[in-house]
Amino acid sequence: MAFKDYYQILGVARDATDKDIKRAYHRLARKFHPDVSKETDAESRFKEVKEAYDVLHDAQKREAYDQYGADWQAAQQAEAQGFHHYQYQGNNSAGEQPFDFDDIFQSMFGGRARTQSGGRHSRAHFDFPGEDLRARIQIDLEDSYRGTTRTITLGSDSGGQARTLNVRIPRGVMPGQHIRLAGQGNPGMGSGANGDLLLEVSFRPHPLYRVEGRDVYLTLPVAPWEAALGASVTVPLPEGSIDLKIPANSANGRRLRLKGKGIPGKVPGDFYVELSVVLPAANSTAAKQAYNTFKETLDFDPRANWGSRA
Amino acid sequence: MSKELLTLYAAEVLDEHCKLTLAQLCRASHLAPEQIFELVEYGVVEPYGKRPTHWRFSGVALTRIHRARRLEQDLGLNTAGAALALDLLDELQQLRARIRRLEGQDD
Repeated sequence: MAFKDYYQILGVARDATDKDIKRAYHRLARKFHPDVSKETDAESRFKEVKEAYDVLHDAQKREAYDQYGADWQAAQQAEAQGFHHYQYQGNNSAGEQPFDFDDIFQSMFGGRARTQSGGRHSRAHFDFPGEDLRARIQIDLEDSYRGTTRTITLGSDSGGQARTLNVRIPRGVMPGQHIRLAGQGNPGMGSGANGDLLLEVSFRPHPLYRVEGRDVYLTLPVAPWEAALGASVTVPLPEGSIDLKIPANSANGRRLRLKGKGIPGKVPGDFYVELSVVLPAANSTAAKQAYNTFKETLDFDPRANWGSRA
Repeated sequence: MSKELLTLYAAEVLDEHCKLTLAQLCRASHLAPEQIFELVEYGVVEPYGKRPTHWRFSGVALTRIHRARRLEQDLGLNTAGAALALDLLDELQQLRARIRRLEGQDD
């Protein structure tokens, strides 16, 4: 495992005070908190920041970290995690990449029902509904367009029996939404009903698309002549593709909307294509000549309106 | 994984159209009714219906509760602060969506 410099992650000096560390953490947390941030790598950045903070603001852990560096945890391994820890694993229907859902919520059940104080009825009968189990599930944007099937393994590292479920995830599901599997939570006591299994959905970051609400964004690289003269370009959608007409005289950054092509739903989102004009490199005689022709033919001053507040 | 055929369970999305009772929301969020009352009081979640026995929450409530909890834990906010943050974030999202619609008029 790569060594992580927690001081560097928080942007503080090695002799930073607890106050400095706290301030740095809160500044970064506001910036990268996945519930707040628009940064694409917010989630992983935040995890790093949180991890760094959890260690550095705890005097004992910080001391161990300063002393042992990357091995600080091994050095103080004795500290067990005091809570019941579930591990969830799932893999997608194609079965390539298993992923870990390490972020799991605890699920002790029946705490109230189990504590029987005063043994007047030694075999008291309790009816309690089982508790709901919660986990996170990461899917791809494409999965939300089509609906998908996932195999989810609910296992317990404390000796409980692992269970495997095949789950049909409906189309149109969005990040932050919960999916409910009725009766798949903890078993009830007595004649109490089983709890439900709740999966909180998040999307895996996509190399092409950005998601905001039900709207989906794509940045489309275009050649200067495509933007200037207009063109028809095949654009990959999360489902299928479309021949997109780029209007002539399009500026860099122009946004084209494909209505209703966002995430499906009762009111489907929109799909936005953002044009990004890419300049060819002037790395050959011919290319240089082409640019020169440009220069000589066009009376063009890119800074004509520079700084004007019209 | 075992080779036996697994039953395919249909999942239900808890979206803005689903209706959860107070008891269901408590179970789903692992919160006590008193904690939900507090969240209602601060406007983190808003039930339909006048009295708690008639309250119904949409799936959005569950999402908001989890976001609020995370904001409280990670950013040190109190319930009122988390409620404000959630409202402002919603507004921001609506404004952004509106800008996108205005900027991308040409279909």
